[in-house]
Amino acid sequence: MPDLRRRDFLGLAALWSAVVAMGAAMAGMMRLPKPAVLPGPLRIYKLGDPAQYPVGSATRLEAGGFFLFREDQGFHAISSVCTHLGCVVAHTEGEGFACPCHGSRFSVDGSVVGGPAPAGLPWLEIVLAPDGQLQVNAESQVPKGTRFRV
Amino acid sequence: MTPTREFLENLKQAPRHIRESMLRNGKMPETDRERSQSAFHNVFLHLQSVRVHRHSLRFAYTFGLGLILTASYLVLTLTGILLMVYYKPGAELAYDSVKDIHFVVPAGRFIRNIHRWGAHLMVLAVFLHMARVFYTGSYKRPREFNWLVGLALLALTLGLSFTGYLLPWDQLAYWAITIGANIANSPREVTDAIGITAWFDPGKLQKQLLLGANYVGQEALIRFYVLHVAVLPLALAALMGVHFWRVRKDGGLSRDETRPAPPARIGDRDVQVFAPNKTYGLMAVVRGRTPEVGRAPEGTVSSWPHLLWAEMATFMFTIMVTLALSYFFDAPLKEMANPAIPENPAKAPWYFLGLQELVSYSAFMGGVGIPAIVMAGLGLIPYLDRDPSGVGVWFGGPAGRRTFWQSLVFGLASVLALLTFTVNFGWLRAWYPTIPQIAIIIFNPATVIVAMYSAWSLGVLRRTGSIRLSAVALFTCFLAGFVVLTAMGSIFRGPNWQFYWWPNQWPTH
Repeated sequence: MPDLRRRDFLGLAALWSAVVAMGAAMAGMMRLPKPAVLPGPLRIYKLGDPAQYPVGSATRLEAGGFFLFREDQGFHAISSVCTHLGCVVAHTEGEGFACPCHGSRFSVDGSVVGGPAPAGLPWLEIVLAPDGQLQVNAESQVPKGTRFRV
Repeated sequence: MTPTREFLENLKQAPRHIRESMLRNGKMPETDRERSQSAFHNVFLHLQSVRVHRHSLRFAYTFGLGLILTASYLVLTLTGILLMVYYKPGAELAYDSVKDIHFVVPAGRFIRNIHRWGAHLMVLAVFLHMARVFYTGSYKRPREFNWLVGLALLALTLGLSFTGYLLPWDQLAYWAITIGANIANSPREVTDAIGITAWFDPGKLQKQLLLGANYVGQEALIRFYVLHVAVLPLALAALMGVHFWRVRKDGGLSRDETRPAPPARIGDRDVQVFAPNKTYGLMAVVRGRTPEVGRAPEGTVSSWPHLLWAEMATFMFTIMVTLALSYFFDAPLKEMANPAIPENPAKAPWYFLGLQELVSYSAFMGGVGIPAIVMAGLGLIPYLDRDPSGVGVWFGGPAGRRTFWQSLVFGLASVLALLTFTVNFGWLRAWYPTIPQIAIIIFNPATVIVAMYSAWSLGVLRRTGSIRLSAVALFTCFLAGFVVLTAMGSIFRGPNWQFYWWPNQWPTH
């Protein structure tokens, strides 16, 4: 623009620097609601002596949000949080899991068999704590079919 | 007059002078001219125009829906502030404070009921208002932008309802936040399916912004509280201001301007006034369809008292309805939030049950995809339908009326057929359990219904050659779909979101 006058140029520069400053200030303010630390309880659960869970048992751990199963091959833990929208699924022996909110269905090993859930229920990591207790880490997933033998 | 006498005289006259100074023109008006001046000179009255078209006062044209919305907003603001006196936005305290409001606080139950019924009325009225504006073609030039403002107001109203019913921190609240936050997270369904979540994860960002934590708790509650009592109401008030201002500046309420206007009423006489055909210097600063310039006051009456009466009647009607409902029906308060056990079925308020039915096909499509498509489609209507004819006429005339009825039948029949099929035979996942999720995101009952409606609307466009008629077809189809899906979610879904004809067939558990 050859015929941009000095006065107009300075005016435009002032206007745009104000716009940029406002934009940067807004972006800076938006830093606040994005949490730097995500508070939350530790999701590692100690479940006591493995011997107290007989073979063939299914135990629901409400606080942990998972089911603990013991079968002939060993222990496994399956999350009870539906992969669709986060409701808590119910377990029926031999049938699998059903979600009350939007009707997702999962087989006994947690695979989706119906409804809107995009993925199967995750299997969770089980270890034996140094004090001899069974310990489930609900933050850590393991491949489906991973059993834990005591 | 001595200074002392003057002082005493002024003191004596002070009440009268205070009264006169409050109204800028000094006294209650008696003639039309004085009424006009009173309206000009009063900050509250000058929101309205001085003269209003007779057509705008016809109840059968507007059903007073805009005023009902304004009245509900005022009722909700007032009762909301009262509830804030006792409500405590803490995860440990919220439930008990709402229980106190319900059982202990003087008039607390009644005020809470009014707040709740006012909110329901507002949501209902905002849908009806949109339908009225659409079917009378009132979104057309020069009112296109106000249609967009109206859409933003619709979104804000729904946002206020959603954030509002979370605050009691009962079972409904807890599971609604959980589901809502996971819907915000649902773009993950798509990013997971195409395998880019590790680099680009908008779902997680949205969920974190809403919850402020990894779980639903105190952080989430305070965020929703701030949205409900500050952010959203202020945004709503600001946009309402813009909405009203544009209604006036765009030439008042829409009407059929091809028909001759009735005479103006000035004083107690009907007068035919002719538009000035001189050019005024003022025209240089005031452009276009501003009512005062280039237009005669044909068909208008003085806003004071005609519009004021209409407004007062609508306000009284709104308040009467909310009070009556609040007297007979209490706002629900469920059990305290329990993260271990969702309710079965866990249902949102009626206006979200259509969406809940949609998310039961696909979380992303139902919760994010389809609402975004619908909002974008609604927003584009005034920019795609540029034909200026048919403004202010219901359905734009007999052809539109016919299209409306045909589309209503098609919209109802197709959504009912699709639901019947889905309930009886299930969907892809039930037939092919290993099918990739992306196939279900793209092809599910929700996307099928959108595709059918779009195809119908395109068919109308090809058959009639009228964009307006195809818009009527599409809007009517979506209206039918919304009503049927809402009824489906509210009435016919039971435990585990299974289909039941009647709630008394629900299995006990």
